[in-house]
Amino acid sequence: MLTLQFIPHHEISGLDMNGKIQKILKSVKEDKIILIEGRLHAQEESELIRRTMEVIDKKFKGIEICTVDYQPRNMLLSEKIKKTLANLLLNKNSGMTIIGPATVVKEIKKDPNKVELFTLEKRGKR
Amino acid sequence: MIKGIKSFFGFISKMFKGKKHIKLGIYGPPNAGKSSIANMVVKDWLGEEMSTVSPIPHETREVVVKEKIHMKKKGKEITFNLVDTPGIATRIDYEDFLKFKMSAKDAKERAKEATKGVIESIKWLDDMDCVLVVLDSTQNPYNQVNITIIGNLAARDIPVLIVGNKIDLKKSDVKRIEAAFPQYPVIGISAEKRINVEAFYEEIFKLVR
Repeated sequence: MLTLQFIPHHEISGLDMNGKIQKILKSVKEDKIILIEGRLHAQEESELIRRTMEVIDKKFKGIEICTVDYQPRNMLLSEKIKKTLANLLLNKNSGMTIIGPATVVKEIKKDPNKVELFTLEKRGKR
Repeated sequence: MIKGIKSFFGFISKMFKGKKHIKLGIYGPPNAGKSSIANMVVKDWLGEEMSTVSPIPHETREVVVKEKIHMKKKGKEITFNLVDTPGIATRIDYEDFLKFKMSAKDAKERAKEATKGVIESIKWLDDMDCVLVVLDSTQNPYNQVNITIIGNLAARDIPVLIVGNKIDLKKSDVKRIEAAFPQYPVIGISAEKRINVEAFYEEIFKLVR
């Protein structure tokens, strides 16, 4: 059975990088696919990859991750600035991050128009 | 007092030593052809080999540095240290290596080394002065690893040249890479078939200044 866990922005925004990564890895290691409201920063993403590598073992094979930005590609600069300011004022981070364990999520395919998540079929009991 | 003067000069000498040799990093996902490009550059300008290449992912599992590569072209000269890094991945499963007829023991060892390689690559990000992000031009460029690498380089203000490798292959689509990363220069090449190599070197001259 697939478990999808939604993490709203307010639940993660107060945490430092270490806290965010610990929370993400804890859920992913419990075989949950998590959906985070907002995007992780680039440095948080690379730190998440680094920490993931440190905990890979016989059972945990890593993660699949995908960030989705709602910002239209042809948005005018003035509109981008407006949106960034609004996000700053409301302490919001637009977009969404999907992270799942590699033993459950085979691939997250992304192109400019859609995101597709493919899961693995279980090969017997673990 | 003397100690203070010594440490001051030590700092100045370190500062200039650091500036003297620009580090040009080669980053990207596994199997994009990073080591093939590193080999091509080192062979063309030093006449030496650098890294081993293989169709099996994670062939480069340690950072390899080739020092003092001197390029001279049309009156322009640049010298840099080339840093070939292990491919960055978010998942590593030893069973993937078994498909390449590797023994379970070797596959497990390779997987373990590959995880260390990814960690090392990420650690080296801070040390780079400029970076070639090598992507397989036959693959989807919207892969999160590509976005994470480029996002990290942007956050550190490190100049980037995106290299779409394997343009000799039918499925290659450099335009798709350009569309995915419109704010960066992109050059398509084939390191194996030596296609567009001169234009690639021109771009390196623009990147390493």
